[in-house]
Amino acid sequence: MSILETPTPKESKVPAQPSPPLSGKALGLRLRSSLQQLLAFGSLIVLVVFFGVMNSRFLLPGNLSDILLSTVVIGLLALGATFVIITGGIDLSVGTGMSLCSVMVGVVLTYLGLPMWAGVVGGILMGALIGAVNGFLISFLKIPPFIATLATMLVAQGMALVVSGTKPIYFTGTEGFSNLALGKPIAGLVIPNAVFIFFAAATIAGVVMSKTLLGRYTFSIGSNEEATALSGINVRSWKLWIYTAAGAFTGLAGVIIAARLNSAQPGQGMGYELQAIAAVVIGGTSLAGGKGSIVGTVIGALIMSVLTNGLRIISVPQEWQNVAIGVVILVAVYLDMLRRKEAAT
Amino acid sequence: MTAEQSTSDQRTLLSVRGVGKTFPGVRALHNMQLDLRHGEVLALVGENGAGKSTLMKLLSGIYIPDQGTFEINGQAFTPASPKHAQELGISIIHQEFNLMPDLTVAQNIYIGREPRRYGILSERALNRKTQDLFDRMGLKLDARERCGELTVAKQQMVEIAKALSHDSKVIIMDEPTAALNDAEVATLHELIRGFVSPSTGVIYISHRMDELKQISQRVTVIRDGEYVATVDTEETTMREVISLMVGRSVSGDQRPPANPADRADDVVLSVEGLTTPSLLKGVSFALRRGEILGFAGLMGAGRTEVARAVVGADKASFERLEVNGANVQIPNPAAAAKLGIGYLSEDRKHLGLMLERDVKENIMLSSLPANSAGGFINDAALRRTADEYTRKLRIKTPSIRQLARNLSGGNQQKVVIAKWLVKDCDILIFDEPTRGIDVGAKDEIYKLLNELAAAGKAIIMISSELPEVLRLSHRIAVMCEGRITGFLNNAEATQENIMELATRRVSITTGAPTS
Repeated sequence: MSILETPTPKESKVPAQPSPPLSGKALGLRLRSSLQQLLAFGSLIVLVVFFGVMNSRFLLPGNLSDILLSTVVIGLLALGATFVIITGGIDLSVGTGMSLCSVMVGVVLTYLGLPMWAGVVGGILMGALIGAVNGFLISFLKIPPFIATLATMLVAQGMALVVSGTKPIYFTGTEGFSNLALGKPIAGLVIPNAVFIFFAAATIAGVVMSKTLLGRYTFSIGSNEEATALSGINVRSWKLWIYTAAGAFTGLAGVIIAARLNSAQPGQGMGYELQAIAAVVIGGTSLAGGKGSIVGTVIGALIMSVLTNGLRIISVPQEWQNVAIGVVILVAVYLDMLRRKEAAT
Repeated sequence: MTAEQSTSDQRTLLSVRGVGKTFPGVRALHNMQLDLRHGEVLALVGENGAGKSTLMKLLSGIYIPDQGTFEINGQAFTPASPKHAQELGISIIHQEFNLMPDLTVAQNIYIGREPRRYGILSERALNRKTQDLFDRMGLKLDARERCGELTVAKQQMVEIAKALSHDSKVIIMDEPTAALNDAEVATLHELIRGFVSPSTGVIYISHRMDELKQISQRVTVIRDGEYVATVDTEETTMREVISLMVGRSVSGDQRPPANPADRADDVVLSVEGLTTPSLLKGVSFALRRGEILGFAGLMGAGRTEVARAVVGADKASFERLEVNGANVQIPNPAAAAKLGIGYLSEDRKHLGLMLERDVKENIMLSSLPANSAGGFINDAALRRTADEYTRKLRIKTPSIRQLARNLSGGNQQKVVIAKWLVKDCDILIFDEPTRGIDVGAKDEIYKLLNELAAAGKAIIMISSELPEVLRLSHRIAVMCEGRITGFLNNAEATQENIMELATRRVSITTGAPTS
């Protein structure tokens, strides 16, 4: 190493590379990627203003609180999905996995009669377990993520029905469980607990993504999995951990939805995974992996619920609401591709 | 073809006049000129970033020029799309092939032009047509083979056959020999000579200076997006061409400093009886501190496989594997990294770098745990270290926030080297360290390798360029078909005796390790 400790200043003989334009390009790239988030945020504002103008009821505190509350479940699932998608994977099991987790909460609270905190932990651990199974199938057995999680999606659906005996489990024995989601911490305010839990979870996800090894390896695996492995990183076990962490968010979503409905509904959940993926994609995370952000996902989830709520409030029929959301997804992804194409040239 | 022969001999086949192309903030080409005569192979050389690929993209209609004109047989044209360029008779064979690995050779060549009857594809007619083409070209290829199963050299033949099947007048080849061994290069050159007729021409882009003498009649040199000169190959020296390219003279043949470590107790890596099911058979060698051990051999001899087996990237069995005198198992690259062994792949873009991440992240990728506490990353430490190594290795980048994809090949290579130096690896395995790197930057990498060896690192260097092997290696291990066929000390090594070992005509083993 000693020889390297004496940097020979300006010794390089290579004719000047066009470095000023390069730096300009890099700056442009960075600007553009933050622009994408601005873009998503801007569209969110535009949507809110639009619906507010169309119908003044939209901006009532009660309605805004409804929007936030309806963001929570999809948003929590989307937080986990962001990790998976940045590695270049996909997780189809989050919807039915969430149901299995809420059934697990029911088992712990209603069947076993344990205290509330045990139910919360049980639900989150169930989610982590589903994630770990996904991670094992994908990184150790090398089953493509789409197939592996398609299978666990069905398994989770089935298990939720088996364990619950195909009937909803009610939390009649646990006083105040529904307050976990619907209670309001600040008396005068209309915002329920679940919303605060969601933003806390998003903050944790954001910190994990940007400040920890797990987050950094999530990006590096998505950017170039093989190069990451050759750099001496145990990609297989990290991937297992990433899927496990994503599963924990599914578990939390299961707890929250159970509290909100004050029951574990084993039959629901199918379809949530696609909405979660849509929120992630609208938020600018690339399905090709390597790019994305938690902030984007939060905005994406908000856009989804603002759209659903707003379209309903301006009396667009249900069937047209789906059409509109589909179009929004296409536009969002297309804009993202345009941005990428520009960056590539 | 023959009809044109008599009249067109004097005229220029393809001419480029005053062509310029500017991208936002970058002047890629300025007042470019080039003349390709009928029946000639024109070499086009220039460092990376000189504008070769921009010129190619203009000729193939991917970009539209801002100024200037193109003429083919005296007629002005502006290619509007790759398809249009093809119709005008210009074919480009890119460095990275555009072949579908799961389709057959014939399906690849005639893609989009499949012979049909009433809309139904005829595989038989297709294969016959392809085989006819191969017969005319004198190629020994099977039209029905899947492209993915062909060697790189054969895939290239397929690309050339595809170009010829379009009745191209001009074929532009971008570094056609970058991945070929000498025998394959000879076959390729024969093919090119067969193609060149009085009505056609080839523009041949290459970094391998020695080849220009063999294949080209004239050499056009460009630098920094501008035309420099065109010289007759016969009347120039490669030294002169290189100095035109870089605008200065480059040190030529050199040999490494004497092997500093001839003591057996300095052995840091000892491999015995390395065998893989598919290729390697009983490979044994020892690597010493401060030594550069070159691995020479033809493509497919098993050099990369040795490297990948040693770092645990592929499954392999060892009779004995020792690092610093201790018997070890290396099941995966993570274990290799822990033992201080870093592998720098020949395929930087796919196996070495995260192109879409910045310089800092690439440099620090292997060393994150050392720069974190409780799973939390210390970003300030990352920046500091990345900055330090960017300076030490003279990596040319406006900042450590620059994306890896925006660096030149040489600087990308330095980023990968920095990654392993930060990790404090003492054993470095370089696989084709200068592939795709321009001449000036190669010197920089050579210098760096010498410095690393002098600083006590043990280096394995795999290279297909014999002058490079001779210039850097203290000892040379030559491989052929999965075995080491001999060791040569630098002093006794010549291109000739390395090639002999690489083709296993003789087995010389003078420089073998004493262990």
